[in-house]
Amino acid sequence: MRATVLVRPKHGILDPQGQAVSGSLQQLGFPVSDARVGRVIDLDLSDSDRDQARAQVERMCEQLLANPLIESYEIELAE
Amino acid sequence: MSNPQPRIGVLRFPGACDDRDALWALAALDAEAVFVWHTETELPGLDAVVLPGGFSYGDYLRCGAIARFAPAMEAVAAFAGDGGLVLGICNGFQILCEAGLLPGVLRRNESLSFVCRDVPLLVERTDTPFTSRCTEGERLTVPVKHGEGCWFADDALYDELERNRQIVLRYAEPVNGSLNDVAGVVNEQGNVMGLMPHPEHAVDPLLGSADGALILSSLVEAAREHTLASI
Repeated sequence: MRATVLVRPKHGILDPQGQAVSGSLQQLGFPVSDARVGRVIDLDLSDSDRDQARAQVERMCEQLLANPLIESYEIELAE
Repeated sequence: MSNPQPRIGVLRFPGACDDRDALWALAALDAEAVFVWHTETELPGLDAVVLPGGFSYGDYLRCGAIARFAPAMEAVAAFAGDGGLVLGICNGFQILCEAGLLPGVLRRNESLSFVCRDVPLLVERTDTPFTSRCTEGERLTVPVKHGEGCWFADDALYDELERNRQIVLRYAEPVNGSLNDVAGVVNEQGNVMGLMPHPEHAVDPLLGSADGALILSSLVEAAREHTLASI
């Protein structure tokens, strides 16, 4: 099973990288008012049970993949 | 023995780069400084531990996030839990935050630029084992060199730290976007401290400032008391 973890700067947390990206896009003439930069982590899991896999990836996020002080995460599972 | 040398370990991670300066500075301040390799599972009879600066494990994912799982870090957590003195400098500070031994997190500098220069620091507390040689409100000049030194805590955590007087050092001018210019914090018990500036690079006046020696010699002195207590 494949899992994709999306890690984002938490809502309300200043994201200077996102600001730089949005500024550059505006300079290119795109009508962007805000950008936030996060991280994507693709995982190949040997687990085939969906619930078990999700529970496991959640533990991964809490222990390593995201820092709960500043980041939120979302998990997507695909067969 | 009236004035024993305290034994201070400098933890060495792959990717560390300030380990030798830390070792040199501690020895210059009359400590017996020894390296501790990151795979060690026990600390060899130490009076204090220093986590030096650098880019442990390439700083992959987040700074300090991988190093926190090094076998030696378990020993450091146990050592700190027993009241042992632990000082984290720069990457060492990041590791201690990721390990949950210190509050907050170090993020990318607000400017997105690496900052490398001498900065003025204000000492907020002198009743810690890391600042006993300083005077309150003293202005120190110590260099920083980091891309991810922007310290952050949410409002609830920050209020708690203020109440407990856990902010020990602040920048006297904006440096990296740190919340309220925080440069160094201690844990609630006061035996673990982390700071982004590099006291080990400011021990010999030849390098422009010897103010870092005030911080490191405070640590050496506190470690010496530990040695004396155990004789």
